[in-house]
Amino acid sequence: MSGSVEARGLGVGYQGETVVADIDFRLEPGQLLALVGSNGSGKTTLLKTIAGLLAPTAGALEVFGGKPLARPARVAYMGQFHPSSFMLPLRVHDVVRMARFARHGLFGRLSAGDEQAVREAMAVMGVASLAEAPLNALSGGQRQRVFLAQAFARDADLILLDEPAANLDGAARAIYRGQLRSLTAAGRAVILATHDIDEAAECDRTMLLAHRVVAYGISSEILTQKAILSTFGMVGKYQEGGIVIVEREHGHEDCQDH
Amino acid sequence: MIMDWLFAPFTGNAFMLNALMAGVLVSIACGIVGTFVVLRGLAFIGDALAHGVLPGVAIAMLMGLPGMLGAAVGALGMIFGIGFITRRSNLSSDTAIGLLFVGMLALGVAIVSRSHAFSGDLVRILFGEILGIRTSELVTQLAATVVIAALAVICHRPFLLLCFSPEQAEVSGFPPRRYHAIMLLMIALTVVVSFRTVGTLLVFGMLLAPAASAALFSRKIITMVLSASGIGAASVFSGLLASYHFNLAAGAAITLSASVVFFLLLALRQLLPGTGAAK
Repeated sequence: MSGSVEARGLGVGYQGETVVADIDFRLEPGQLLALVGSNGSGKTTLLKTIAGLLAPTAGALEVFGGKPLARPARVAYMGQFHPSSFMLPLRVHDVVRMARFARHGLFGRLSAGDEQAVREAMAVMGVASLAEAPLNALSGGQRQRVFLAQAFARDADLILLDEPAANLDGAARAIYRGQLRSLTAAGRAVILATHDIDEAAECDRTMLLAHRVVAYGISSEILTQKAILSTFGMVGKYQEGGIVIVEREHGHEDCQDH
Repeated sequence: MIMDWLFAPFTGNAFMLNALMAGVLVSIACGIVGTFVVLRGLAFIGDALAHGVLPGVAIAMLMGLPGMLGAAVGALGMIFGIGFITRRSNLSSDTAIGLLFVGMLALGVAIVSRSHAFSGDLVRILFGEILGIRTSELVTQLAATVVIAALAVICHRPFLLLCFSPEQAEVSGFPPRRYHAIMLLMIALTVVVSFRTVGTLLVFGMLLAPAASAALFSRKIITMVLSASGIGAASVFSGLLASYHFNLAAGAAITLSASVVFFLLLALRQLLPGTGAAK
């Protein structure tokens, strides 16, 4: 049986220009993979390629044993932002309900089961009380919860999330992480792109990206100071008053970056 | 007395009744298509299509062919031209649209200038002849409006996703390029069948103004479509009345009414916070 996603010698990029080459990995049902890297490192490009939004520049990529986009109902994707959505006359319920269109195409009728999935996804992400609220009246954090609810409402076997925790407060972040654990426990595969090392540490597997695959494997084994240094060019930790740079790529130092 | 002022022009004159019916059909088509033009930010391409049909109409007129045929060829030429320039150059689609827009408009005026009745022909193309609508043209307008409404119903899911996020449309199994092309064809069809009624210049106003007015207070897309069609129809009625009673150019009076409604609703929204769609 093939995995949820399998990449062999995969190259990803835009308009034929490769951003990251030689990507090899296999994601099984129930696994949670974090793509970690700084801005422009290639994590969004890889995520979009798996979603079928970009064509691979090299190698082979299979999603559920076929081409990406071949089974839209089985794959959910949440991009970083939806700028065009800000002025649309859409209610929260309308946005989350769109997730079910992939299962029914142009003409299929949405069933009571679909409506139930929409209600449950809104409830999980704490936006059920906002169901009738216009999307463009919500805060950035509320919108992010709605977009996450949309991704979860698809009831997909593979969920692709780009910076899912952006704009979320601590409580919403805890809810979202709990939902990820429930989904993977139910056999769903999840790939998320993040800058957050702590978020990656909670995932089964991590791929560190810096225009190349710096490291890939079990999160607890590969999230070493050396690997993070190679990925970001520095290792830091948050402290009150700013980021403390513990180490830069070319030598040790301690400083405060306000 | 007031009832006479409002309704006698239509009950007593067949040409006014035809104009009203044609205008209402244009309003329904423009309300549907205009909603997507406004929501997807396609105003510039709508404008370009409305003017890009000019050379086609002009050539058809010089050759003695139906103007609608020429308009259809002109509109398709614009759509393919925009796609061609965007694909084959590093230019943005806005630049491609702008280039074709001015080029086609100039070509149209150049061709019309070869006609003996240059100014009359140009005014007729730009501002329409709503008071000279024939029954056969009403039937064509009705058929086109039915086709546009049917396409909007069939494609409402991909259109909604396309407005929300082309990426979401793609991952949901609705290729954005296909449905964008259908949307452009709907704009083109609206322009082609409406230019005889309100003219190539004013059809753009009917595409934008009622939909923009509806966007001020609509919280659902279906509400926006219905409101835009209703506002358009009301603008046709009031514009024709103004034209009849005050001897104004009918097409211009209709589009002016639609624009006035927009500014009135905008002012109302400013005066009464909470009445509009959220910003």
